[in-house]
Amino acid sequence: MPFYVSPEQAMKDKADYARKNIARGRNTIVIQYADGILFVAPNPSRALHKISEIYDRIAFAAVGMYNEFENLRKAGVRYADFNGYLYDRGDVTALGLANAYAQTLGTIFTESNKPYEVEIVVAEVGQTAERDQIYRITFDGSVADEHGYVAMGGQADRVASALKERYAEGMTLAAALGVALGALTGGQENGDGTDITAAQLEVAVLNRAGEHRRFRRLTGARLEALLAEARPAAASDTAEEPGGTAEKASGTAEKASGTAEKAGDAGEKASDAGEKASDAGEKAGDAGDEAGADSGS
Amino acid sequence: MGSDLAGGGRFPAAFMGAGTSSFTDFLSGYAPGLLPGHGPSGPVAAGPLADLPHATTIVTATCDGGIVMAGDRRATAGNMIAQRDIEKVFRSDEFSCVGIAGVAGIGLELVRLFQVELEHYEKLEGRALSLEGKANRLATMVRGNLTAAMQGLVVVPIFAGYDEDSQAGRIFSYDPSGGRYEEHLFHSIGSGSVFARGSLKKLYKEGMPVQDTVLACMQALYDAADDDSATGGPDLARRIYPVVATVTADGFRRLPDAESGEYAQTVVDERMRSPDGPSAPLRAAPVS
Repeated sequence: MPFYVSPEQAMKDKADYARKNIARGRNTIVIQYADGILFVAPNPSRALHKISEIYDRIAFAAVGMYNEFENLRKAGVRYADFNGYLYDRGDVTALGLANAYAQTLGTIFTESNKPYEVEIVVAEVGQTAERDQIYRITFDGSVADEHGYVAMGGQADRVASALKERYAEGMTLAAALGVALGALTGGQENGDGTDITAAQLEVAVLNRAGEHRRFRRLTGARLEALLAEARPAAASDTAEEPGGTAEKASGTAEKASGTAEKAGDAGEKASDAGEKASDAGEKAGDAGDEAGADSGS
Repeated sequence: MGSDLAGGGRFPAAFMGAGTSSFTDFLSGYAPGLLPGHGPSGPVAAGPLADLPHATTIVTATCDGGIVMAGDRRATAGNMIAQRDIEKVFRSDEFSCVGIAGVAGIGLELVRLFQVELEHYEKLEGRALSLEGKANRLATMVRGNLTAAMQGLVVVPIFAGYDEDSQAGRIFSYDPSGGRYEEHLFHSIGSGSVFARGSLKKLYKEGMPVQDTVLACMQALYDAADDDSATGGPDLARRIYPVVATVTADGFRRLPDAESGEYAQTVVDERMRSPDGPSAPLRAAPVS
């Protein structure tokens, strides 16, 4: 261990460490639709949620280390319930919560050796779509005010650009789900979302209409029906853009590593530290095997 | 009391970590001053206590596939009417409701805390408490008010809900020390409870449909108001009617004022003809 590390280097190392580990995970997508905000995450677990309710109009979505974002989620629920009890339910806002998250993550990033390997979204559904609020908070505590859609996790840039292509204001719920699925699977060969089943997805909405708690998980038959409705939309989306699909198919090396990283997720960070400095080609190679194994299972 | 955020605007240490799933426990560690009934302890003069607004009568009964709970709208401070349109029956969560009798200020705060308690647990644990679990939490919270109760600030709730496990309505009553008792068929609390329970005893039949049970509860409240000065009857002139809630497999439902007004109107119209209300048969129906 070196005796002196410049603050600049220390911050850079921490940021690289967090960024790299977040990028190993799967994506979580948050997208606005006409009647609310939709959350989609590939997540085979029924119990370990990446998307959760915080308060009447506020929900939480995360990628990264489960124990770390679970900690943040609980803190958020306590913060919201405490303030709602102390003042009034209407006084709990996504902005206040996002600021608390930002300060907390920022402090952890600068003061502790290991930053949180998480990225979170705090979303609040408003009376109208214009008043919806979506805040994205990264591991170092920086906050971004987002509109329309957010993609987090591995290959977030690729997913975000796929979302950008397909997103339109005022979509129906099924259309928004179709867009999200298309973006999630956009980099793969059959990029129409047909290879994802309801059991592999965690889907929830913040409903603009309604009383009390607006957060609803979509599961079982409800989700199946919605997926059936969404798939043709996703499929036609891809069909309309043969150029885009072809372009994606041509970027082979990059894609191999992308798929592989995704497959290597599942919270198994065993092979972590040694790989940190390894070169991209090698990584793409051995991860490709993992991807093969994954699709076989 | 803690501030809502620590220095720098980040979450205080108490917010982070595994912690407890009970909001009441969290509050008693972090900001005990916010708990209902928390205040200076010691002997209190009896005079001012009697002048605090008191909530009065609540009736509740099981029905086919759920429960009905109804409460009159009067709060009294001594011999004065403190409020004509107070609400004393509340949704505690999707499958339960709670009513209060006793010192209104503490009772309303207790209900507010109980509502947060149930929702907080559900959000943190990812599943709702069982009906028994909810009833036990409320018992603990009533017990937490024991010191204040000893000084005269007594609050007694009644809790009822739809038990998803047994698929039936269940009722729980409490005493000021936090004792929890499961009631069968029907129960009432508050100053007019004696009259209301007597009335309900004669009108209630096991397994009645929801509408009939609502009507029976409305009759019972009328009888309570008839004989207890602290219980308010339906105020047709001001259109203030008892609050009626039903909890079934479809969840909590508070009857809209128009609907509860129709029941109230029915009862009042009948009493114009027969002031003491329907009379029960002198002899029980023979066993067939």
